[in-house]
Formats: sequence, structure tokens, C-alpha cells
Amino acid sequence: MRDPVAIVGAGQTAHRSRRLDVSAPELIDEAVQAALLDARLEPDGIDAVVVGNMEHFEGIHLSDLWAVEGTGGAGKPQLKVATGGTTGSSLAQAAYYLVAGGFFRTVMAVGWERLSDSEGETTTGIVTAFDPIYERPTLAGAVSGLAILACQYQAKYGTRAEEAALVVVQARENAARNSHAHLRQPVTVAEVLASPVLSTPIRYLDMCPTSDGACAVVFTSRPGDGRAAWVRGVSSRHNHTYLGDVTEGSVSYLHTLRLAAEDAYRQAGVADPRQELDVVEMYEPCTWAAFEWAEALGLCGPGEAARMWAEGATRRDGEIPVNPSGGVLCTNPIGATGLIRVAEASMQVRGTAGERQVDGARLALATGFGGSFWSEVMVLAAER
Amino acid sequence: MSEIAVRATPELRYRYAAGRYASAFLQGLRDGRILASRCHRCARTLVPPRIACTGCFAGMDEIVTLPPRGTLLAFTLVAFPFLDPFTGIPRPVPYCYGMVKLEGADNTFQYFLSEKDPGRLRVGQTVRAVFREERTGSLADLLHFAPVEG
Repeated sequence: MRDPVAIVGAGQTAHRSRRLDVSAPELIDEAVQAALLDARLEPDGIDAVVVGNMEHFEGIHLSDLWAVEGTGGAGKPQLKVATGGTTGSSLAQAAYYLVAGGFFRTVMAVGWERLSDSEGETTTGIVTAFDPIYERPTLAGAVSGLAILACQYQAKYGTRAEEAALVVVQARENAARNSHAHLRQPVTVAEVLASPVLSTPIRYLDMCPTSDGACAVVFTSRPGDGRAAWVRGVSSRHNHTYLGDVTEGSVSYLHTLRLAAEDAYRQAGVADPRQELDVVEMYEPCTWAAFEWAEALGLCGPGEAARMWAEGATRRDGEIPVNPSGGVLCTNPIGATGLIRVAEASMQVRGTAGERQVDGARLALATGFGGSFWSEVMVLAAER
Repeated sequence: MSEIAVRATPELRYRYAAGRYASAFLQGLRDGRILASRCHRCARTLVPPRIACTGCFAGMDEIVTLPPRGTLLAFTLVAFPFLDPFTGIPRPVPYCYGMVKLEGADNTFQYFLSEKDPGRLRVGQTVRAVFREERTGSLADLLHFAPVEG
């Protein structure tokens, strides 16, 4: 039997390409203090801390050791969780399970990344995550892995580059209303199409940035009388080792997202996600991925996502708003990125999202993407 | 306030054990053959060969040779420069790689393609394995996959 769990606080840093004004613990502290303030808690109100980043970007291992002055974990149970791109969403899931299982009353999840520490060589770090015998010689990190996905999607549905570009155009419009977001300046479809090719068909502006930033979220079984976002569905689906195993057959490339979403919808009693969800914070590391993954989430039918974006259904005031925060395409401190999705979704249902608030949001979905195309999702609701 | 950053440029060394299955695969390449493992329970054939089936997790103890041709399911031209963690120097770009569904395999194999112009590649076309003349038992013994004309 699970205890009901709510999110009662979320904090983020100002996410930027380089936060040379702060060290990693100072960056983490910025998010942790903001989350405590939002939750109206003192540090001793946190019973356990779950922390994580992707250590191979900074090259400082045992990050749970050196980050502790920022996390406040000293003298408390502190666990590290690191699952690649999904690190942030895994932190949320781990914190949830610890509270739902009744082991702790209040747990803080803390994720961060300083991608500027690797001097822009994010791809180098990502390549080291993959099999050294077979995959490293060909793989060019997340960029080429997602390019393979985009190639497959394009071949299947005949989607055009200008249709995909619209995803980042819309994301930047949203990020302009989010003071935490890293990239807030508007872009046009023409600018996306004129940006350099990274890995066909993905161009520079189709791809998420690399950011420095941190995020902290407070999960509790005793939410008091403040505004709470109740966790109604939690699911995760891992994947096989080799990228050649995940493209198998004619199944959707990210079938793990479809499976995790179906499981979480069942837990939350969601029968028609497009009708019932008020807002989605989707982990979309590139424009093309947003299309296939919106379909995997059941927001539209196969091959219909480009039209859904073009018709404006995914805008903040549309039928099914996707990433009113600006999403991963505008902000990407990787170890925090999945947790930012959860934080933003919780703010939407708590009604604390400020300028980026979706009017009347009561039910929200947050997703995470990582590794060899595995997925995590969390459904949050204003009602218990 | 001044913003000081400390620089590190380590030269790190690693040696990865290929293990039983990858060692067999690499020796197969030296002999000009692409090996796969076959599941006795669900009949799945997977390349590269590995210890457990992705479908049913049964142990895979049968090794088979696949024909050196297949279908290209997806491809990309990598054009951006990055530091290769294998060599410590920037990886030479551009290059093309893709996902090849070899005849008789149930999954796909990620490898280099001969073409450097993605406009000359298409999803669904037949490709064939091209081996190097001099082979040493390394992945590079397989030079690339090349489109089959016609």
C-alpha cells in the first residue's frame, strides 16, 4: 500500500550557457534554497536527499561527495541516482518511492549539471556512455542517435524540415516567458533551416543547448495546507543495450515511452490523454523527437504530430500545451533536465507557474528520456 | 568579482575486455564473416552475438553466420566536430553511418556507410558488407556497408 505523495516545493537556478559566477555546490545551493522557500521548510524539515548528475561531463566522480554542501545531505540519508538523460526524472521517481513506501516523510530530489565544465564537449561524454567495442566508433552522441530517429520518422511520414523547425520556434516563444530558461530569444523557421547541419537531418537550432543549472523538488506525505501537486502515476521502462536493438522491427522507436505512459495513465485513470491532460512537460532533446514522442504519449495519432504543432494545439493557450517552460530545446543542464520537467509540471498544477501558467491546469504529465532510448513519466494532479 | 576557472587536460588510458561473445565476433570479422547469436527458445537472431536474448532473456549459445548483406533502415551524415573519447583527438568528419538489418537478423547493426552524400542514400535500400583486405580481428576489419546498385 502506497502513501499518497505530493510535491510541495520546487526550485531552479537561472540556467545559462556558463555559470562561471558559482561553483557546483553554490549552483546547487541556489536551487535547494529556492525549493525550501517554496515548500516553506527549514533544512531540518527534509528527512532524506536523492542527488544526481552525469559525472562524465564534469569529470568529477563521486559527485554525491563534493556536492553535499549544496544539497544539505550531510548527516542525513543521501542516495545518488544516475541514469543518464533520465537522471532528473529518476531522481523524482526515487524520491517518490521513498516517500510512498513510508520510509521517509519528506524527501528532496536534487539534480544538476555544469556542461560548461567540459568546454562544450558534451558529445565526448555521451559517447563514453556507450559500448566501447561496437558503438563508440560510429556514434556521435545524442545528436547522431536522434538523427537516426529523425531519419526513420521522416522516411515513414514524409515530414519536412520546416515542419520540425516549428517545434523550436514555439519553444522559444514559450521560453521568453520563463526567466529561468537559458535560450529566450525568438527564432524563425528560416533561421532554423539556415543553421549548420550537425547530423542529417538535424541542424544546430533543431537541437537542445548545453546549460549550467540545477533543480530541486520536495516530495512529502504530509503536505500541510499549502498548494500541492499530487503524484498520480509513475512509470519507467528501460531498454536493451545496443542502439541496434531499439530500432528493431516496425515498432515505434521510443516504444519505452508508449509503454511507460500507458502504465502511468492507467494508474492515474487517464483514458484519453489529449482530452484529459491540461499540460505536458516533455523531454524533447531535438525538434524531430517531439513529433514521435507526442504520438507515443497518445496526444495524437501516428504521423499527425506535425499538423498538431502547425495548428497551434501545443501552444500555451492551445488544446494540449506542450512545454510552456520552453522545454529542453531552450534549457538543458542534463542531470537536472528531467527534474525540471517534474518541477514545471508541479508548478502548473499548483498554479505557481507565473507568466508561463496554463490557465486552470489540473492534470500534468512530465517525461524523461535517456540512455539507449529508455523513458520515464510522472502524472501530477491538483487533486489527491 | 573575478571568475577563476581551473583547467585540466588529462590523458586517460583504458583497456576494455571484449569478452567471449565479442571476441568470437571480432575473430569472425578477421575471417570475413559476420556472426550472430540465435535463441533456442524464441528463435531470435541477434547481431552482434551476446549472452542473453533481448526477447526472452534465455541464454544464447548458438552462433550462426549471417549473409553479408541487408537493408538500410536509417542513416545520418555526421558533420559536426567533437573530441573522440577513444583517441583524444577530434573525430574526422563528415562520415555516414546507419542501421542495417542484416538478412536473417531480427535486430539492426549500427555501422559506417561508404557514401559521404546522404542524398545518395535511401531508407529501404539494399547494402552489402565490404571487408578490408588486411584483417586483424578488430571491428575495423569491416570497412563499411555499401549500397548495392540497381
